[in-house]
Amino acid sequence: MKKVCLTIGMLLSLWRAGHAQSETTPPAYTKRKLTVEEVNLVSSYYQQDGNNSAVTGGIGTEKLTDIANGIDLVLKKTDVRNRQHTLAFDLNIDHYTSASSDKIDPLTISSASRSDTHIYPTVSWNVHDDTRRTTKGISFSYSTEYDYKSYGVNLNFAKASADNNREISLKAGAFFDTWSVILPAELRPEGYGSGAEGDRDPIDHKPRNSYNVGLSLSQVINKRLQVLLTVEPAYQEGLLSTPFHRIYFRDGSETVERLPGSRMKLPIGLRLHYFLGDRVVLRTFYRYYVDDWGMQAHTVNLEMPLKLTSFLSISPFYRYSHQSAVRYFAAYGQHSLTERYFTSDYDISEFTSQFMGSGLRVAPPGGVLGIGHWQSAEVRFGHYVRSTGMVANSITLLAKLK
Amino acid sequence: MLLSLSGCVSVKEYQKSRINDAEMELSARKSEKFEQNFYLYREGAAGANGGKSGGGCGCN
Repeated sequence: MKKVCLTIGMLLSLWRAGHAQSETTPPAYTKRKLTVEEVNLVSSYYQQDGNNSAVTGGIGTEKLTDIANGIDLVLKKTDVRNRQHTLAFDLNIDHYTSASSDKIDPLTISSASRSDTHIYPTVSWNVHDDTRRTTKGISFSYSTEYDYKSYGVNLNFAKASADNNREISLKAGAFFDTWSVILPAELRPEGYGSGAEGDRDPIDHKPRNSYNVGLSLSQVINKRLQVLLTVEPAYQEGLLSTPFHRIYFRDGSETVERLPGSRMKLPIGLRLHYFLGDRVVLRTFYRYYVDDWGMQAHTVNLEMPLKLTSFLSISPFYRYSHQSAVRYFAAYGQHSLTERYFTSDYDISEFTSQFMGSGLRVAPPGGVLGIGHWQSAEVRFGHYVRSTGMVANSITLLAKLK
Repeated sequence: MLLSLSGCVSVKEYQKSRINDAEMELSARKSEKFEQNFYLYREGAAGANGGKSGGGCGCN
C-alpha cells in the first residue's frame, strides 16, 4: 500500500509540475464547443500455431485464434485560455480461443480458460498550450479477463522548442493488477478450487504491479528527416510467473512455473523517419532491450510507404527480432530439482523472429465509397515466423472517420 | 540519409510539408495496435515503441 501511495504521489508531482508552468495571463481566445475530431475503428484477426506450449511444460500445441475490435473516439475543444483540450476514449474487446489453455484441466474436462474475452477501455485527457508549447495529460485504463484484472494510471508532459523542431517528453505510469491463481488440475492442493464458475472451492488471488517512466526526445533534423529517441525503464513486482504453466523436471516430476518476484526492464528505442523523393517514406525503428532476468534483445523494423497516387499508398514492412533466453529457462524435462526458479515458456526463450507483410491505404478526396466523413480505410496483413517453429498470421482493418 | 544526420538545420513551419505528412508521424500506426499486443505476449522484450507497456497478463 505504501508503494501504491508513493507511486500516486510521484505521478501527481509530475502532473503539478506541468500545471505550474502553464499558469500565466491568458491570451485572447475563441471559445469553442467540444467537437468530435476523429473516430477510428480497428478490427483484427490473429491466428498462431506451434508446438511449445508452456501450459504443457514446453511441448504441445500453441494453436490460438484471437479476434480483436477497437474503437477510439477523439474529442477536442479550445478553452478560455486558448488551450486545446483533447479527450480520448478507447475501448478494445478481444476474444481468443486457446488450445493450450484448454489443457489446464484434464482432457476430459474443458477448462475455464479455453477461451476468454478481454475488455480494456482507456480514457485520456490532454491539454496543449500553444503559447507555452507544452502538452500535459492523464489517462486511466482498466483491463479485465477471466482470471486477471488491471487498473492503470499514466501521466505525461511534453515541451517543444521555440521553433517546434524539438520536443522532450516525460511520462510515468503504474498498473495495479490482480491474478486469480488457477493451477493445473493435477497440482491443486486438497480443497483448492478450479477457478471455474460454479466451483465454490476458493482459489488464491495475487498482485502484479508494474511501474514505468519514459523519456523521449524528438528532433527535426532537416526538411525530410526526423528522429525520436525513447528510454522507458520499467519495474514489475508480484506474481510474475503464470500459475498454470507446468514444469517437468529431469526425474519426471512436475510442478508449476516459478519466477522471481521482481523484474527490472530497460528498453531503448530509436525511430528515424525519412521522406525520400516525392512518393516514398522510409520508417525505421530499432530497439535494444535488457532486463535483470538475463534477457537481451535487438529489434529492427523497416517500413516503406509508397504513395502510388494522391489517395492510394502501399506500405510493405519487415521486422526482425532476436532475444536471448532468461536464465531460468529450460526445455521440457531439462530442469533440475535443485534450481530455485524455472520456466519452460518459449516466449522468454532464445529465438529469432521475423514479421513481414504490407499495408494498403486509401484516402479518396470525397471520402471512402463517397461517404464524406469516412476519411480513409486501411488493410494490413502480416506473416510471423519464429525460430522455435511457431508461425502466426494477422490481418487488420482500420477505418478513420472525421 | 546518413549524411543528413550529420547536422540539424532550423526548419521553418512553411518548410515542413514533408515532415508533417501523416506517414512521417513519429509513432506506431493505429493499425499496428493489436500487432503490438501480440509482440508483448509472444516476445520477452517490450517497451520504447509507443505500445502497451503494462496491464493484462498476456497469458493466452
